[in-house]
Parts: sequence; structure tokens; C-alpha cells
Amino acid sequence: MLEDLFSIVKTRFNVEQQTEEKKKNNVPKDLMFKCPRCSNVVFKEDFDKNAKVCPNCNYHSRISSRERLEYSVDKDSFEEFDKGMISKNPLDFAGYEEKQQELRAKTGLKDAVITGIATVHGEKIVVGVMDSNYMMGSMGSVVGEKISRAFEYATENKLPVVMFTCSGGARMQEGIISLMQMAKTCAAAERHSEAGLLYISVMTDPTTGGVTASFASVADIVIAEPKVLIGFAGRRVIEGTIRQRLPENFQSAEFLMEHGFVDMIVERRKIRRTLAHLVRLHKKK
Amino acid sequence: MNNLTACERLDIIRHKNRPTVRDYIPVIFDDFYEMHGDRLYGDDGAVIGGIGYFKGMPVTVICTVKGRNLEENKASNFGMPHPEGYRKALRLAKQAEKFKRPVICLVDTSGAFCGIEAEERGQGEAIAKNLMEFMALKTPVITVILGEGGSGGALALAVCDELAMLENSLYSVISPRGCASILWKDATREREACEVLKITAEDLTKFGVCDYTIEEAEGGAHNDALTTADNISAYLEGALERNLKKGLDELLNERYTKFRKIGEFEEI
Ligand SMILES: [Zn+2]
Repeated sequence: MLEDLFSIVKTRFNVEQQTEEKKKNNVPKDLMFKCPRCSNVVFKEDFDKNAKVCPNCNYHSRISSRERLEYSVDKDSFEEFDKGMISKNPLDFAGYEEKQQELRAKTGLKDAVITGIATVHGEKIVVGVMDSNYMMGSMGSVVGEKISRAFEYATENKLPVVMFTCSGGARMQEGIISLMQMAKTCAAAERHSEAGLLYISVMTDPTTGGVTASFASVADIVIAEPKVLIGFAGRRVIEGTIRQRLPENFQSAEFLMEHGFVDMIVERRKIRRTLAHLVRLHKKK
Repeated sequence: MNNLTACERLDIIRHKNRPTVRDYIPVIFDDFYEMHGDRLYGDDGAVIGGIGYFKGMPVTVICTVKGRNLEENKASNFGMPHPEGYRKALRLAKQAEKFKRPVICLVDTSGAFCGIEAEERGQGEAIAKNLMEFMALKTPVITVILGEGGSGGALALAVCDELAMLENSLYSVISPRGCASILWKDATREREACEVLKITAEDLTKFGVCDYTIEEAEGGAHNDALTTADNISAYLEGALERNLKKGLDELLNERYTKFRKIGEFEEI
């Protein structure tokens, strides 16, 4: 398991070599990873083994939904729902279909979320994982529908739901229909909650806009990865409105926890274990 | 009904004499008592809530309010609520549920306020909670968009059994200005974005979002607030009648379905 693997993973780079790398200032991208936060350079192999977290500063880099599943649920346990769902172009928005075709080819995804059933340490969960590589994880019809269906499946089958969120917000190209997905996902989450079932959201980088203002925030337990960006409005929008500089840790997971909107901050390599424990704690005898 | 473009409607709803919630409340409701505060943090001037009679029936009224002048706008933060505004709305809605009063929401907002304090106090959570709680509120909820329906900030008062729009009102996921700056990196092209976004009552009826369109006075509500108010009243009377006669399960299931069915996708 990855969390166990971590203990044997160490930065093979010593300080000298790092400084040398910095001097050269062109890190071979396919072999090395340079942390955007602390500029530490590690072998990509080691970085990958460490769940794509910087071993020096604990920076949790953005990862794809497939990678997220790999790090978060039991191996080969994931069975995907609604694999073939793709969105239409309800507003006839210029370029929207082309953009999607291009992204589908590039990412292998059909939209910004994958949902399904999986296990964590053997505990069955319904899981949704958003993917910021697909239109910034924005929520349109497909995201809204898949998430609603996932909640409905979980309600029907009395299962807990875990949602890994990352999103730039609503999907402008689907106009008002994308706004309605906020209400729709909350509706499905409400029925799941009403049935006495557990919902955990795990906010990852970045969780913003219409996703923060809908299903991501109504979970029984809100978890965040360390230092990720979580907020309603974008930084630039706020800076533009108030014309002042924002505090350093503004809209970080820690900022949200301090203000009472996040229950716990959990490192990526501990998430599977944490989820398994929390699910067990809610099991009815 | 007129055949104006979205831009032309934008001009109408931005008219300086466009009636606001404060103009409509005394005409549509009797003995309106305003109630203040969310019992958690404070009282948000961008959201007015209270109780009163609508044609003899006790109702709870919750509105986002824009000012008619600078002073009023300062007090109401130009109609952009902070989290405490949404939490006040929810408190009053839950009270309506307790006393079995229908809820009438009148919405005119460019959106939820974007600022440091709004983030600190959980703007996203406040809106999200309203979406979830209004969905299960055990009393009819009727929402009328009066002017601007600005994104999540409007939706927080628009999870309802029926959504009506004044004929010139606009309801959008993003402001035309915001859309223009994303699309073309040029906020001044908002008039173009206005058409692209499909945000009129007519568009939203096609998408199954808007259930009724309420006529305004000839040329726009600013020409005759009273006639427009009468039209809103006439609509509300019918809407309440339609929804009050539903059983609770029927009401809640239909509300669920109203939102649940919205989405344009295919399965390949
Ligand atoms: Zn680092």
C-alpha cells in the first residue's frame, strides 16, 4: 500500500545537487520534479511514489482523477458508473463541442468527474472524483447528473458517499443549466442525508465557486488536503472588489478550518486509512 | 409580451427608476413586519425578510434588496448579501415551516458578495446550506426574479416549487460582464455576452428553469410600478393556490424533480 511505501521513500537528492540543479535552472521534466512551492527537486519516480506530494514541504500537487483513485481506494476495487455520459451544447455555445472533443482525446476523460463504487480497506463506498484537467473541473450537466446519480445509488443501497472535489466552479458554457446542477446535487445529497447515511467530502486543490457553494460544503464531514485552495469567489475577483491585498493564507484549507468550515486536514497518504476508519465509525450494528 | 433582446432588457432592469423590493412590498403585502438577523452573526441589509398577509393569508417574505439611491445602496450593499443574509433567509424559512406559512422569495441581486469577510464567514457554505434546506422545506416556496438573478447568490433564494420571472428580468450563472472578461478578456463586451448566455425569461422557460413569466407595465416596470405589482400579486395568488393544495409528499417530490431533471447530456 502506498501509505506504507512512503516510509521507504526518501529524497535521493542531497542539498548540493539541488543547488546545482537550481543553477542550471532547467530541470529535465520527464525525470525530475521541481516543487512549485519550495523549489525542491526530486526524482519524479520518488515524487510519484510519495503520492505526488513534495517530500520537502508537503506540497500536495494537483493529480488526475485516476491517480486520485489509485491513492485513495483499494487496488482494482473501483467500478465506474455512467462511463459513456457526455454533455450536449444547450446554449449552442461557440467552440464548446470542439473544446470537449479535444479534451476527451487529450485526457481520456468524458467530463470533469468520474463516479462509481469502490472499497477503502474493504469498506464499500460510493465515490466521486473530480478532475481539474477537464475544463478546470467545472460543473455542467454531466458532472451534476453523475454526482446526483451517485448519491441516489448510495441512498438506494444504503452506502456512504465520498466526494473528492476540485473545481473552478460552474461551467459557463452551459449557462443556467450549470447553475441548476448546484441545486440538483444538493437535492440528491439531502435525500441521502435524510436516509441517515454518511457523506464525506474531501476538498482538493482547488475547490471553488459553484462546487464550494453546493454539494462540497454540505457533507457530514468535510476533509481538506493540506494547504489547498478552497473558496467561493476567486482571489482576483475579491481583490478587484475591495482593492486591497489579501492575507497570506487566505482561502487555504487551514484558513477554512480556522473559520470553522473544515473538520480535518488529512494528508494524501493517510486518506484511505482515514476514510476507512470514519466509515467504520458510522456502521450500524 | 415584448420581443426585446437580452441587452435591451438589461438596460430596462438597470433603469434608475426600476422599482425595488421596497416599492413592491407595501403594495403586494399587508401588515408587513420586517424581521432582522441570522441569530449567528448579524443582520444583513442586502436581505429583507419578514411576515405579513398576502390577500388575507399569513406568509413569510424573503427578498434580496437593491437600493434606490446611494444611501439605500450603502445599507443594502447594492443587493449583494453576505453569508449572514443567506442564513437570515434560512432562519425565516424554517420559521415559516414551523408555522405552516408559505414562503415567497423576491430576488433582485447581481450575486453574493465577494470579499474577505464573506469568505471568512463561509459564503459557499451559506449558499450550499440554503440549497439543501430549501429543497426539503415542508411548506410551499414561490420565487419571483424581479430584475437581476445573479448566479448562486440568487439561487440561494430560488430553490422553490415555482420560479417566475418578470418579463425583463435576467437570470444567469455568471454576469455578462464576467462572461465577457473570461471569453474575450474584455469586460466591455458585456452586451455581446448577454446574448450568448441565454438568460431571458423566454430562454429559461425553454430550459425548464422558469415556470411563469410575469408581464411588466408597458415599456418596463419603471413606467408603472403599481401595475407591475398587481401582475406579481395575480401570479402569486395562482401559484399559492396551485401549491397549497398539494400534499406534502407531492410538493416535495415535485420540487425535487423540478431540479433533478435539468441537464442536457447523452449516453453513448
Ligand atoms: Zn515542496
